[in-house]
Amino acid sequence: MSDEVKARIAARAAEELRPGEVVNLGIGIPNLIPGFLDADSGVVLHTENGLLGVGPRPAGDELDPDLIDAAKRPITALPGAAYFDSAASFAMIRGGHIDVAVLGALEVSGTGDIANWAVPGKDVLGVGGAMDLVVGAKRVIVTMTATSSRGEPKVVADCSYPLTAAGAVDVIVTELSVFRLVDGELHLTELLGDATLDDVEEVTEAPFVVSLVESHAPR
Amino acid sequence: MTATTTISAEEAVSVVRSGDTVMVGGFGLVGAPLALIDALVEASDATDLTIVSNNIGEPGRGLGNLLRQGRIRRGISSYFTSNPEAVAAVNAGEIEATLVPQGTFAEAIRAGGAGIGGFYTPVGAGTELATGKEERVIDGVPHLLEQAIHADVALVYAARADTLGNLWYRRTARNFNPLMATAARVTIAEAGEIVPVGELDPEDVVTPHLYVDTLVASA
Repeated sequence: MSDEVKARIAARAAEELRPGEVVNLGIGIPNLIPGFLDADSGVVLHTENGLLGVGPRPAGDELDPDLIDAAKRPITALPGAAYFDSAASFAMIRGGHIDVAVLGALEVSGTGDIANWAVPGKDVLGVGGAMDLVVGAKRVIVTMTATSSRGEPKVVADCSYPLTAAGAVDVIVTELSVFRLVDGELHLTELLGDATLDDVEEVTEAPFVVSLVESHAPR
Repeated sequence: MTATTTISAEEAVSVVRSGDTVMVGGFGLVGAPLALIDALVEASDATDLTIVSNNIGEPGRGLGNLLRQGRIRRGISSYFTSNPEAVAAVNAGEIEATLVPQGTFAEAIRAGGAGIGGFYTPVGAGTELATGKEERVIDGVPHLLEQAIHADVALVYAARADTLGNLWYRRTARNFNPLMATAARVTIAEAGEIVPVGELDPEDVVTPHLYVDTLVASA
């Protein structure tokens, strides 16, 4: 997946975020979203390792070894930020105090099931905060490419990888389109760039309703 | 107990016995009590340990060294993946792994320190990580019963302590440390700086000294 494709997905996902919302960004494409938020976006970023009010990446002389995000990369804290322990951080998440979680996925089903933590046979043994976030956040936005590196569809009828949670996803943003889950039903709401309906149908295994809308996300 | 003694890291970790469960603070290496871990690696021969830590260090760093010595029997963590050697050891059957969602991990430690036997959480219900756990539907939502986690010894890191053992943490180095400080029979706190009693503002104390048995100054 090229950086350009990742950036396009992140840019479109950024438009889903509204002023005042508290948002948790996962590793990968979601971590590119701050680059597409205006300084006055009003979006407040939460990181599960204990900070509300994540600021931009530090310049060299601002680097602080005690200040990292969940991807273990250096960050800064904005004025008005707050630090807390991990139990408090996940109480915010499970307790429904985080408005949006944006995360990557291996697969999402047509009913909003998400698989994003385990690949059988691969040397991966970690779930981190993924299950807590998809269960607890009020809105779950998945950013991912439409197909895997092997060219297989990632929006599937049923997830073949181990589930992170069932029926948890609200929005899927790929390089081709935006899907929304409405009452457990998958709707194609937007084609992105030069993508056509045929392009999307070709790489989407799950059945979906075509509900294209003119405009971008509500702001 | 309120009597806190300040001793060397080597002397402090001598309380760890073979077969013990040891909690170790930190999110990755940030907020990890590295002087205590190094002392455990170099000056203790306790083996057959159960390690409760969000990660099992990194290759050749922190708990990664204890792993290389073959002294870990079991790891309870949310994310083994940050140390590929730990994942390999699990896959080779050399250590036992208990993978726990990060929020459940934090809350189970909090519960352990707070005298709570367990709690129901929706996180993980319907997934592979629900295996063997009691499920109960609460308000129409499946929840899992998660038991509290306790330890024989907790190794935590605080940026500043007073000589009584009151602890103050810095930025995202707080993470699991205040929780673990409450949940072990013996809590050993490594502090970046140890100040006289009265110098920490009581309003700023995150871990009150009654939880801390032993203080060690970072090298």
